[in-house]
Amino acid sequence: MSDSCRPTRYQTLAISNPDDLYFGTAPRPVRTRQGMVIGGGVVYPELNFTLPPISVEQSTHGRICQQYREIITGALTRAVELETPGVVIEFETLPPMTENPQWAIDITKILVDAMEGAHAKHGLLSALRITPNDTREFIRPPVMRSGQKWDDMLATFGGCAAAGAELLSIESVGGKEVHDDALTMCDLPQVIFALCVMGVRDMQFLWTHVSQIAKRHRAISAGDTACGFGNTAMVLAEQKLIPRVFAAVVRAVTAVRSLVAYECGAVGPGKDCGYENPILKAITGYPMAMEGKTAACAHLSPLGNIAAATCDTWSNESVQNIRLLGGMAPTCYMEQLIYDCRLMNRALAHGRESALMLQGWMVESDEGLDPQAYVLAPDHAIAIARSIVVSRDYYTAGKTAALTAVGLIRQGFRSGRLKLSAREEPWLETMQQAVEELPDRESTFIDQMMGVVDTSKFVAKDYDL
Amino acid sequence: MVNLQNLADAIKVGNRAEATKLTRQAIDETVGAKEILEAMVGAMDEIGKKFQRNEVFVPEMLIASRAMKESMAVLEPLLVKAGITPAFTAVIGTVAGDLHDIGKNLVAMMWKGANFGVVDLGTNVSPEKFLAAAKEHKARVVGLSALLTTTMPAMKQTVAALRAANLPGLKVVIGGAPITQEFAAEIGADAFAPDAASAVDMVRKLMVA
Repeated sequence: MSDSCRPTRYQTLAISNPDDLYFGTAPRPVRTRQGMVIGGGVVYPELNFTLPPISVEQSTHGRICQQYREIITGALTRAVELETPGVVIEFETLPPMTENPQWAIDITKILVDAMEGAHAKHGLLSALRITPNDTREFIRPPVMRSGQKWDDMLATFGGCAAAGAELLSIESVGGKEVHDDALTMCDLPQVIFALCVMGVRDMQFLWTHVSQIAKRHRAISAGDTACGFGNTAMVLAEQKLIPRVFAAVVRAVTAVRSLVAYECGAVGPGKDCGYENPILKAITGYPMAMEGKTAACAHLSPLGNIAAATCDTWSNESVQNIRLLGGMAPTCYMEQLIYDCRLMNRALAHGRESALMLQGWMVESDEGLDPQAYVLAPDHAIAIARSIVVSRDYYTAGKTAALTAVGLIRQGFRSGRLKLSAREEPWLETMQQAVEELPDRESTFIDQMMGVVDTSKFVAKDYDL
Repeated sequence: MVNLQNLADAIKVGNRAEATKLTRQAIDETVGAKEILEAMVGAMDEIGKKFQRNEVFVPEMLIASRAMKESMAVLEPLLVKAGITPAFTAVIGTVAGDLHDIGKNLVAMMWKGANFGVVDLGTNVSPEKFLAAAKEHKARVVGLSALLTTTMPAMKQTVAALRAANLPGLKVVIGGAPITQEFAAEIGADAFAPDAASAVDMVRKLMVA
């Protein structure tokens, strides 16, 4: 068994026409065990939840299990009451659960039992996504390819898949060791190094193993995101710490890294916090989860409506199990997601033109107000996707994705389609220059960057460097 | 004759070469170490205020900070000779179980720019380690950062450990996305810093209180 897959590089687009890139439909839909066809003409709600502040340890495990029991019961009850055709439930573990796989497995069984019960009693279709934590980063520098953290992560995947989890996902962190510094310095070359040199290598290694686990358990190798990269940039931009244009360009480059999961066996639905998913859907044709306005319970974003434009499941990212006036928060968010999906599915039922009309409003309402939204408009996502598939290697793809995003933003600003503040615009030239000055060959780039980045922060051999 | 305003301006735009050159020139012209230091700290204060007003981004603050750091390296021997040391030491870190550090790093940078002595413990720091560092460095301030609701209990435990040790004059400042003023009051922290930009003035107020 090789440790890393020989990735199947995408060289053409599955979706090249923007009018074919919309919610609910994907050229390569995913069929779940109970018969949900994700990307097959219906948008499904995808509910994610977490615990309120509580220490996760052996002494609290019983109470924690009870919380999850209550969460899933309440959420599925509401799903049945609102007659949703199906739901995806995401169980994103907390780090102690990944480090003690049996805890995650116990909770998985609770969730699966409830979901199977709702299916048997009410015919509610459902599928469980398991998302262990990438706990490799808890050691500094992270040990990426061996050791207890790695073993526990894989044990959590395998144990939860055996317990009935169907979709396997993770928010992996390979490359993050140098990416955070790159963000605070707004250093685009270092971003490209983190994502398109380090990140892609770790993704190949990681997703080879995840896809093998999925195959072993007849689960679905679903996909990864660049959450710790693109979303960190987005949050920093939202806090006005870094330019929004920089975060937008980072988003484009993250697609190069996230794509590797699909090159190594993942088939979707891609995970919700991957705002780069429209680019990936255009390349792979696989369905994608997305989150937007209904993720405000977890974090704010400038992508509230446009994020739904190409979604195949619609998610809330993560909501704490606390009591709101309307009820427990996960139940309330299940309702919100179901109503959003109901609207999209009504549009789909009226035909492609109706769906595109609703999508058009989603896109127009956001794209002109923030460059991060602008680059994710379907036509722009396809332009970035195209720049990636025509590139000869990941490094070149990172450069061309960045330059394509810069060009789109500049064009949008000059045409008046996109608003930018005065202090944002000069960064376009800065970024363009930084990328154009990069060497042509990846090997030269790696030599240069290894002399620049803090190499004490990562284990170079774990990245084949 | 060196103009210290030029030094301040060089720091503000992050011109390291110019800033260190002017620092050396000022030293050569026997300008007082305290006066030079005040010009540098004043420059960082101005950058901090621009940052609060959203007039500059973090990278612009970082390059100013880097210019100050390199100028301080030139000035330091004189400061030591004159017995001028940071007024107090602040220990900072992200609490146990939490690896997020961007916000914490920004606060540490702002505190260094204000010429606080800063000991950065990094991330995933246990209450015991915070306490040990506070004792070792005779800290007057401990800054705690947490970004996850599930690590807020660790923040509470850390504050409890610090209070139990009864360290003289110690002030505890907390911050992070899920943190609130109410939580700070609940766990016995002295202050809550809503963002990195306000963290300098907040500590200055605590030190005179």
